[in-house]
Amino acid sequence: MNRTAPWLAAPRLLLALCLSLLMPLVAQAQQQGLEIDIVGGNASALPIAVVPMPYQGSASAPETDVARVIREDLARSGQFRGLPEQDMAERPTRGSEVNYPTWRALRQDFLVVGRVVDAGGGAFRVEYELFDVAKQERMLGFAMTGGASAMRDVAHQISDAIYEKVLGVRGAFWTRVAYVTATGTGQNSRYALMVADADGYSPQTVVRSNLPLLSPSWSPDGRRLAYVSFEHNNNSAIYIQDLNTGARERVASFRGINSAPSFSPDGRRLALTLSRSGNPEIYVMDIASKALTQITNQFGIDTEPTWSADGSTIYFTSDRGGRPQIYQASASGGGATRVTFQGNYNASASVSYDDKKVAVAQGSGNVYRIALLDRSLGTPRWSTLSPGSLDESPSFAPNASMVLYAAREGSRGVLYAVSADGRVRQRLVLANGDVREPSWGPYREQR
Amino acid sequence: MKTTTRVLLTALMCTAAVACSKKVKEAPPATDTGPSTGTMTDGAPPVAGAYGPNDLDTDACLRQRVVYFDLDQDALRPEFQAAMACHAKYLRDRPSSRLTLEGNADERGSREYNLGLGERRGNAVSSALQANGGSGGQVSVTSYGEERPACTSSGEDCWAQNRRVEIVYTAK
Repeated sequence: MNRTAPWLAAPRLLLALCLSLLMPLVAQAQQQGLEIDIVGGNASALPIAVVPMPYQGSASAPETDVARVIREDLARSGQFRGLPEQDMAERPTRGSEVNYPTWRALRQDFLVVGRVVDAGGGAFRVEYELFDVAKQERMLGFAMTGGASAMRDVAHQISDAIYEKVLGVRGAFWTRVAYVTATGTGQNSRYALMVADADGYSPQTVVRSNLPLLSPSWSPDGRRLAYVSFEHNNNSAIYIQDLNTGARERVASFRGINSAPSFSPDGRRLALTLSRSGNPEIYVMDIASKALTQITNQFGIDTEPTWSADGSTIYFTSDRGGRPQIYQASASGGGATRVTFQGNYNASASVSYDDKKVAVAQGSGNVYRIALLDRSLGTPRWSTLSPGSLDESPSFAPNASMVLYAAREGSRGVLYAVSADGRVRQRLVLANGDVREPSWGPYREQR
Repeated sequence: MKTTTRVLLTALMCTAAVACSKKVKEAPPATDTGPSTGTMTDGAPPVAGAYGPNDLDTDACLRQRVVYFDLDQDALRPEFQAAMACHAKYLRDRPSSRLTLEGNADERGSREYNLGLGERRGNAVSSALQANGGSGGQVSVTSYGEERPACTSSGEDCWAQNRRVEIVYTAK
């Protein structure tokens, strides 16, 4: 396998060119990556030692420290606790070098060893093995190949394989996130829609604007983003942009609000909010024909539609009962039923892949936090995932193991990724300016 | 508190201005007005006290172009009635004039919901203008939600400044 994500390559030039014609380019502040640090910990996390994987080839070593990327991925999930490198008494690189007693003495449940070798044509092969220390068994033994620039992608996929082997749940480390950055104020405001790896690395600009950008939504194949921009007549309009080619289409620019796009699970339809009737209502657009089906028809603000995994149900925010709450309705229209009953303000629903968990921004007085509604056990159970006061825009990872959200610290916006049990949080900060409107992309497929 | 005082003061000034405008206002000199002088060519002679474009910069009531709202509310506060009356009068006096009502919300809560709230506030001002005799055809509403704050720190003083509708004349 050999996948340098194609949208990172040549088409980007074309995209940049198109965009520079559209809007003045901004300083490189918005090209900066997100700084990351981990907050909190989980005492019950599984101890795992990911031993450094040295380069054993004859060319120059790849820049990426593969073992470190894997260690950080697993730690961020909240499910694993990585053994610090300096505590590793031995540094095996293959199964035959593993002494189980060493790792038992270090109280490790799992052990990952590996090495990086030449794969020809400037590519590298990472050969790795996963061991169960107590059972003294090899659980995995694989090799993955990629170019020097794809080593982080390779490492994330190894993390995914380890996560799935140990926990029985598909890993979501090899995924991407979209978010909006904002710098400057008033006339000097600059906005950028960005896409980066789920750990904040490799940020790429999708679109820039002098006017607000918001609500990015991924197509299920990860190739397109729908988003809202105010660049057309200073009013909200919905665009769909192809990440490979940079080509984009304005799909909704009616009178009033055009906002809150959300791709259906089959990628053919877009749920959205339009106020062309005089009041914000939920519609479903057939993307090919642009035909609209109205889902809600109610005095009150109906917005933020999002789909159930099977595409049959649309969840949305409505203040038809007085304050904003989450409701659900059939994707073909008809009556709506209320989903949230705790908290006097519930908005911005993100639904897990199995429809059992709903993450919301929950408000009480001046405090807004991310709350999780778990419906897997009959009676709904609530938990609070975030400790901030202006937390918003929750977005589930595709495996529902983590939730990405936006928070305010002082007067700037930052992003957090929190494990679904609320125990481990990772902070993603832009060096300069605001980060907001996070949206976790789908699983990536090897091409 | 400060905001309330300021708003009340402004409201008082507005009321005074409206009261005064009746006797002070004159039809603007013909040379002053731009190419389209709709009001002048309606057949009737200029009505004494009709607003002209210059008044947008000089008239204390017309210069009030921001309407503030309470938390999560779109009801117009009584102190803004005077401003509604004079802007509606301007629309009547200048049928070629057009304005956009830019609705805004504070930063709390969902950005998308706040987009709806901003529009609702814009619509409330639009209704008030029409109730005062302005024509709906002259008024359009745009919502920026919480995306265009007038003040960027967190706290009620700042939030109160952001819960607003800005009256922007796109044709005078």
